[in-house]
Amino acid sequence: MSLVARHLEEAGLPTVVVGSARDIVEECGVSRFVFTDFPLGNPTGKPGDVEMQTTITGMALDLLERAWQPRTTAQTPFVWDADCNDDWRQHFMKVDDSNRTALAAAGDERRAAQATAKAEGTGRG
Amino acid sequence: MADDRRTHRSHVSYIDKSRGYYGAQGYPQAYQWAYHHDVPFAALKKPLAKCRIGLVTTSFFERNINETSVAGTGTKEPYAALCSDALGGLYNKDLFWDKDNTHTDDLDTYLPINRLREFAAQGRIGSLADRFYGVPTDYSHRRTTRRDAPQILEFAQQDELDAVVLVPL
Repeated sequence: MSLVARHLEEAGLPTVVVGSARDIVEECGVSRFVFTDFPLGNPTGKPGDVEMQTTITGMALDLLERAWQPRTTAQTPFVWDADCNDDWRQHFMKVDDSNRTALAAAGDERRAAQATAKAEGTGRG
Repeated sequence: MADDRRTHRSHVSYIDKSRGYYGAQGYPQAYQWAYHHDVPFAALKKPLAKCRIGLVTTSFFERNINETSVAGTGTKEPYAALCSDALGGLYNKDLFWDKDNTHTDDLDTYLPINRLREFAAQGRIGSLADRFYGVPTDYSHRRTTRRDAPQILEFAQQDELDAVVLVPL
């Protein structure tokens, strides 16, 4: 998505990315970025929270209007869970002794499915 | 939130986490993420209150998903569709987001069509384009830069957009 934003900017079209994967977007390098420090899935606000969605979308509009140089990042003021905000961060893509065997098995299964799809011509290969 | 001291940055590094996660799945070669030193920048050419804004998502209509395809081998193509057709929600269960901690049942949490329509009604923006655009989450930089990005630009030019809001899941 960040690559698309860069392409539009190169063509003279201003863009703003709203996302929750800060490192991925900033490594790619975009002109304007609103960072929402939430679990992946709701970059423009929590479900049902219209006021928050309005604020975050408004921040994206503010950046379109006011950013004067590339790599302008604004972080939203919101936290996902005021009491246990590290829980979701630590849980996502966790790798430890509790799931190492299952992850290895899932990888084997995925590779086998992809090989089958390739052989049958149903995937991109 | 109380102030704190930490040995690591607080926000999640998906680059670091995914390297470990896929390594544990038997993929020893780490994914090569896009990195650029130089970043292009275009300024608005008119006041925001006169701008037509477009939205780009990584979600798709379910009818456009090949259910038999295996994850990572899909056949998604960039698309343009009417915003009014998306109001019932889009399909993104095949994408990689935190399904344990949240959901995407509320469209405006990842594609703020309603919120931008409200901003248009208030005069903050000129208008939201009638169409929005979808781009596949593709691990091939080549397909993204050579196929998807030019297609999204073409859609944007057809719809005479003045600025674009892109929201990856």
